[in-house]
Amino acid sequence: MGLENFADVFASSTFPTALWNTVVFTFVSIAFQFVIGLALAVFFRSSFRLSNVLRALFLVPWLLPLIVSASTWAWMLSSENGIVNSVLGAFGVEQINWLTSPDTALIAVTIANVWLGIPFNLVILYSGLQNIPGDVYEAASLDGAGAWRQFRSITLPLLRPVSAITILLGLIYTLKVVDVIWVMTTGGPGDASTTFAVWSYREAFGTGQPDFSPAAAVGNILILVALVFGFLHLQLQRRQEAS
Amino acid sequence: MQNTRRKPVALATTAVLTTATLALVGACSSGGSSDSASGDDSTYTWWDPYPQHDGSSDWEQRVQQCGEDAGVTIERTAYDTTALTNQALLSAQEGTSPDVILIDNPAVSTLADTGMLTTVDELGLDTGDVDENLLAAGVVDGEAYGIPIGANTLALYYNAEILEAAGVDPASITDWASLTAALEAVTAAGHEGITFAGIGTEEGSFQFLPWFWGAGADLTQLDSPEAVAALELWKGWLDAGYAPNTVIQNSQNTTWEEFLTGNFAFVENGTWQVNSAAEAGFETGVVQLPAQDGGVAPAPTGGEFIVAPVQEDTERYETTRQIVECMTTPEGFVETANTFAYYIPPTEAGQEQLLEEQPELETWVEAVRSAKGRTSDNLGTDYPMISEALWGAVQDALSGAATPQEALETAQAEAEAATS
Repeated sequence: MGLENFADVFASSTFPTALWNTVVFTFVSIAFQFVIGLALAVFFRSSFRLSNVLRALFLVPWLLPLIVSASTWAWMLSSENGIVNSVLGAFGVEQINWLTSPDTALIAVTIANVWLGIPFNLVILYSGLQNIPGDVYEAASLDGAGAWRQFRSITLPLLRPVSAITILLGLIYTLKVVDVIWVMTTGGPGDASTTFAVWSYREAFGTGQPDFSPAAAVGNILILVALVFGFLHLQLQRRQEAS
Repeated sequence: MQNTRRKPVALATTAVLTTATLALVGACSSGGSSDSASGDDSTYTWWDPYPQHDGSSDWEQRVQQCGEDAGVTIERTAYDTTALTNQALLSAQEGTSPDVILIDNPAVSTLADTGMLTTVDELGLDTGDVDENLLAAGVVDGEAYGIPIGANTLALYYNAEILEAAGVDPASITDWASLTAALEAVTAAGHEGITFAGIGTEEGSFQFLPWFWGAGADLTQLDSPEAVAALELWKGWLDAGYAPNTVIQNSQNTTWEEFLTGNFAFVENGTWQVNSAAEAGFETGVVQLPAQDGGVAPAPTGGEFIVAPVQEDTERYETTRQIVECMTTPEGFVETANTFAYYIPPTEAGQEQLLEEQPELETWVEAVRSAKGRTSDNLGTDYPMISEALWGAVQDALSGAATPQEALETAQAEAEAATS
């Protein structure tokens, strides 16, 4: 019985789609979250007037209940009545069926998820930046290093441990995302935006016919994937410390 | 050096994490409530999916009254619809089933399949008066496992003002061709045509079934030419702009909100919106969902069944029977109908009594009479699997991921694999 469930999951026509979607959703989300989060963190490092207020405002996406932000995104991206399409329409772009076309559904949920993940990356990376002593930058600028050079030679290397943990946590948070996708597209149309986590949820609670065995099997695969990345992280850290 | 020192730590961390995760998973599965049913003889437990009716509601008093008549106190607990099925299955495993459950009709066969329900014969109930098409949803292998306490179904609401402006007579809508012609007329007049729920959940199948059945298709053969015709009808509406693209992810609530904006000429929706339609800011009406070549399409029935789970102490059945009977008299049905704002009684006597009070519900009574249970045709527990394949096909076809023909062929293969 037990292994049969796994065999069924692997043989399912949803499996390759879900695998691909999970990989794309996770890596694209993290890449954009991290880059934008880091850019904002560096930006806020130099304090200026109202910088604290602005930084606090950037935390709002994090504070909102996910169901609220996901519903709001779903409205904004609605095909006929969404603000995104109406703005694009003003520039002559034809109606994009963000949530209802198999070509764009995954992009739409990824955009929403990137937006949701930026504050987390911002906060952790910003606090990491605080730990880099200011005199290092001072010395660098005395040696004539420009902003880009400083960023590459000081900020990035000194931020590496914090970056690693941010990315690992982001990975785990993103792998398990159900709510955003479920509210926006229920994994659809068809399987177009179904990830492993959504698939698992759908089998268990989404169909009105609770089917916990395949749901648990998919869930276990997710745990394995997370463990693999956990080990990978440990390995990387070890190599870093050894060098 | 460092390497060998750190390895055990890493392994230990992983081990602890894994154990913690597993422990959490274990804790969740045993965390269900265990309010015992077979406590004392004067308290009977009752579960229903109506959390909106709290302890001070008319519904609660009605339930209590039935308890009093049977000489016992009823302890009522309300769950959310999906949670109720899970709770019921869980309680049966733990041997703490309630005496009475009101449950959504497609779930009856799921519960009956586990052997946790008594049949109406075992309980000594008479179901002779109940409309056969409604009772069918609770029949598995020739045995009835419950009695519908009311039924609702789908029909086509229209915005009378839009139809009038576009010169469409609602009475002319008798088949698919006349409906499509009406959609063409209203969209040509600058309005939105029709909205329905094509969402990738049970609601999507629920809304598609009247067209599916109305074409003469059968759930055991999802890729029949009739089924393809039904899906092509929907897809055609989308392509022609008679229906918005958002129907692919619309729930029935969303479509109703869209209709209430006053922009849409038609919406496919259910009995439960009768009150809301009366309060809309424009004049509304309702017609039957047409079948392909004319006549009324069989719409799926919605609504709850009253069922009695198996108890260790079989002496309790006598009182349970009295409670169930109290809920299923013609007067009882009408009272339930009124409490729930338009729930159509499942017996002819009940329907006639309701029509005397509210003749405007005629269309709905007729719709319920020609409706069809989703788990009927002895599909039983196969239905949810077939339905999942079906709504997948609807999604794939409407979104353009596949043609209706391809989508339904895939669905049929899926359904066969899942039910074999």
